[in-house]
Amino acid sequence: MVVLDNNDRKGKLFTAFMSILMKDMRAYYLKPPNISWGLLFPLVWTGMFFVKSGMGSENILSLLPGMVSISILFGTTSMLAVTVTFERKAKAFERLLLAPVPLGLLMFAKTSGAILFGIFNAFVPFLIGFILLTDFSAFVWEAIVPAVILIAAVSTFLAMFIAVSVSEVFEAQTFSNFFRFPMMFLCGLFFPVSELPDFLQPLSFLLPLTYGTDILHGAIAGNNMMPLSFDFLMMLLFILLLFVLALRNIHRKWVM
Amino acid sequence: MSEAHIRVSGLRKSFGDVTAVDGISFDVMDGELFGFLGPNGAGKTTTINMLTGLARPDAGTITVGGIDCTNKMKSAQHLIGVVPDESNLYPELTGYDNLCFCGGLYGMRSSERKGRAVELLELFGLAGVAERKFSGYSRGMKRRLTIAAGIMHSPPILFLDEPTTGIDVQSARLTREILQELHRSGTTIFLTTHYIEEAERMCDRIAFMVNGLVVRVDSVSNLVKPVEGREVVQASVLGTEVPDLEILGDLFPDYGIGRAADGGIRIESTGKIDVGVVVRVLEDQGFDVAEVKRTALSLEDVFIRITGLEAGVMNK
Ligand SMILES: Nc1ncnc2c1ncn2[C@@H]1O[C@H](COP(=O)(O)OP(=O)(O)OP(=O)(O)O)[C@@H](O)[C@H]1O
Ligand SMILES: [Mg+2]
Repeated sequence: MVVLDNNDRKGKLFTAFMSILMKDMRAYYLKPPNISWGLLFPLVWTGMFFVKSGMGSENILSLLPGMVSISILFGTTSMLAVTVTFERKAKAFERLLLAPVPLGLLMFAKTSGAILFGIFNAFVPFLIGFILLTDFSAFVWEAIVPAVILIAAVSTFLAMFIAVSVSEVFEAQTFSNFFRFPMMFLCGLFFPVSELPDFLQPLSFLLPLTYGTDILHGAIAGNNMMPLSFDFLMMLLFILLLFVLALRNIHRKWVM
Repeated sequence: MSEAHIRVSGLRKSFGDVTAVDGISFDVMDGELFGFLGPNGAGKTTTINMLTGLARPDAGTITVGGIDCTNKMKSAQHLIGVVPDESNLYPELTGYDNLCFCGGLYGMRSSERKGRAVELLELFGLAGVAERKFSGYSRGMKRRLTIAAGIMHSPPILFLDEPTTGIDVQSARLTREILQELHRSGTTIFLTTHYIEEAERMCDRIAFMVNGLVVRVDSVSNLVKPVEGREVVQASVLGTEVPDLEILGDLFPDYGIGRAADGGIRIESTGKIDVGVVVRVLEDQGFDVAEVKRTALSLEDVFIRITGLEAGVMNK
């Protein structure tokens, strides 16, 4: 019998974690088509909105939070569909399930690539704003950076939750659009939640992106509707909840 | 070969109303090469999946390497390597990168991984295609790399699901040689197969599985005991005409006479068969005897007797 001491075990798990992350990076994220697709999407959206609403700094500041959120949301969800749903279809996922790595860590490894990709996407709108000479001096980066990370995590885990509820790649796409598009509309990305019809407003507060975008609004133009500490708390709760739910589903549905 | 390395008791698994595994129990000893033999749909893959953590049993217990891991297979997965029936490596990675990745999953250090990957690619005759993407491998190459991936972390227990199905004779032979080498070096091996001859040649003990049940577990020598001493002579003749079985039956009343798979005749007896007499009788009837083969009764005959399955059902 092989007995591992605790440090040895931790080292091995870290190696496994890095192997999965680096493999996904090499196989998916750092491929030129994926990089350009990842960049293209936020570029086009941001460009379109900025041009449509005029290039004034005011406009850009009010659009930037929504642009950042949407770039992260689409970047993470489309990547996760490939790294999880596709691999599962191709049976390669079984190799991961066979490895002596706890399921939670396995999922964290599979999702951290998508999270990093989302974070990377988030900086495209900032870059465009910067090129358009937006004044960044009032930005509270101490809030923006963690908010970007949290939004990337929450949308990745949402996508993971979706991925474990379906078995086909196209189902994952359809199902994630079912969440993605209403969120663009309901989460205060481009207009405040308070402008939504009354009966839709409660729905907004059930969606994690509302809180993440609120942090960005506050940190970029100082117009958040809830205290930032509350937003952060809600984001953390959503992340925990979605991760636990996804993990439970994997246990139930994938280890048949 | 003293203690049980894998202990299975009352294992059961259904999918809807299909009972894939219907309450099976067996032990695999330390260092043993254990064969699971059964026709399509017998439940072999489902059994392997439960023993490796890809499927959850409905009932029963599993102990691997002394660890009770029923419903918590993660606790024993560091001890086992798995070669699934379908290659499940990454099509977009090279052979070499696939192996290094698999080593990484088991916590092997980078330098250790690289050395081992090179060694295995060499061993499996894949050194020349190490840098080719897995998607560009032939079926036999894929199979070999999948086996290499399964033993990358040098596991003390190895599961293989039909390791030689669907590959050419040479690849199959190489695979068997490597498995025998692993067996010699003390690895406990659990393999499933359709090929009775392969199981007979390689395994220490064999479990016959049919319809979700293990109908018999025994050593090869014990299994063939009931047919031991029985002899079979197969004779083939030149030309298209075949000898009349009835006439031969009259001439040899003590022997069982039948048609061999190749169209020749098959003579079975509890005692020794006088081959000279058989040849003379056939030649007297005007046949040109091309070949006479004397063989012992095989495990296939035993399998057919025990399971009641027809000959040939296994190799389909
Ligand atoms: N995921 C599943 N869902 C439904 N039925 C299944 C599933 N997996 C296996 N079965 C059924 O369980 C039975 C046993 O299947 P299993 O794959 O274990 O057989 P096997 O002995 O490995 O066969 P083969 O030699 O063809 O590989 C079959 O009737 C099969 O149809
Ligand atoms: Mg099978």
